[in-house]
Amino acid sequence: MSLSRSQLAARIAADIPDGSYVNLGIGSPTLVADHLTADRDITLQTENGLLGMGPAVTGPAIDPDLVNAGKIPVSELPGASYFHQADSFAMMRGGHLDICVLGAFQVSTSGDLANWHTGDQDAIPAVGGAMDLAVGAKQSWVMMDLLTKTGESRLVERCSYPLTGVGCVTRVYTDRAVFSVGASGARVLERFDTTLDELRELTGLPWNEA
Amino acid sequence: MVADVADALSGVADGSTVLIGGFGLAGHPVQLIDGLLEQGARDLTIVSNNAGNGDTGLAALLAAGRVSKVVCSFPRQVDSYVFDGLYRTGQVQLELVPQGNLAERIRAGGAGLGGFFTPTGFGTPLAEGKETRQIDGSWYVFETPIRGDVALVGGYLGDPLGNVVYRKTSRNFNPVMAAAADLSIVQVDRVVGVGDLDPEAVVTPGIYVDRVVAVGDREWLRERA
Repeated sequence: MSLSRSQLAARIAADIPDGSYVNLGIGSPTLVADHLTADRDITLQTENGLLGMGPAVTGPAIDPDLVNAGKIPVSELPGASYFHQADSFAMMRGGHLDICVLGAFQVSTSGDLANWHTGDQDAIPAVGGAMDLAVGAKQSWVMMDLLTKTGESRLVERCSYPLTGVGCVTRVYTDRAVFSVGASGARVLERFDTTLDELRELTGLPWNEA
Repeated sequence: MVADVADALSGVADGSTVLIGGFGLAGHPVQLIDGLLEQGARDLTIVSNNAGNGDTGLAALLAAGRVSKVVCSFPRQVDSYVFDGLYRTGQVQLELVPQGNLAERIRAGGAGLGGFFTPTGFGTPLAEGKETRQIDGSWYVFETPIRGDVALVGGYLGDPLGNVVYRKTSRNFNPVMAAAADLSIVQVDRVVGVGDLDPEAVVTPGIYVDRVVAVGDREWLRERA
């Protein structure tokens, strides 16, 4: 048993403190927005230049001038603001964003992140804002499956894929457990129907609980 | 102010570095790129966030064989097949730049700076060979400015003095690019009178802009009118 993507997104949403400015990376982290209900005081930033981003829209509500970082048509909420790309990344690097949630190929126990390139020589590399986001927000959280499709742990002692950032991740949310990583120490914060021994076996890492 | 797109693109030389605004197709100056295609300049280095979507805009310029190098952050997309094909067959070079570095390098180019130290990319393959420095305990990578011979900018409304406002997230790279080229060319839906734009709302002051051309209301606003 483990959490579904949607359950995991809800779990992450519950951990984001009210009053936070948050950037949700493209891919599954965008699911977190579905669980940020109207009673929550959380402001979403999208790095292509909007603070106060609202839900994705469809049909006649689509405005091609209003998209998120994944180029999906979205909406603006009352009190939204627009800014150019250099301001947007200044906002990020300047430590004004509280949390970013990113997808990942691999995360190391020391908080290194690999999420932009598998190292495959034939692949066309693309990095987007991943490297800026990883080092920019006050806290970088990762949302990912604990294992690859072939059963290898994505949480590792040392990343084998090319790095996105060094020691930048503080917390990793997976379908099996939530982990703290990085400078504050690697440990298990919460388990989802998985024992500590199972986590040690699945990852090959000597986990302990907080 | 120029009469039409052809006038707006006159004089762009072969081998130019061209900054092209837009994030995907939002704010992408498609009519100016079509004009550049007509104008015929080749062996271009294109600086843009993406490397073309579908068959329009930058993708059309790539398909016509006018581009020798692309500097961008995110070439690979679901509809970037034109670039993908050229890259795989070695017909176009790629310089991959993290998105925030791309924006800041262009900003630095327009602001007369010789570069900047950024934490982005430290310890990654994209910082290999670059100067690094520890400042107040954190590590930074030195990045150089980017300037263009030409900037193609996708604005919303402009005036004859070159003041420009943008629309929603189509602003993206456009303002920093407008400031960072020797010849800054802006397409807008409509050119309004001097004084009609609220000075408090102007995003790109006219000092940065050399040519403004009106291309008509964007399709989705025509439909709503």
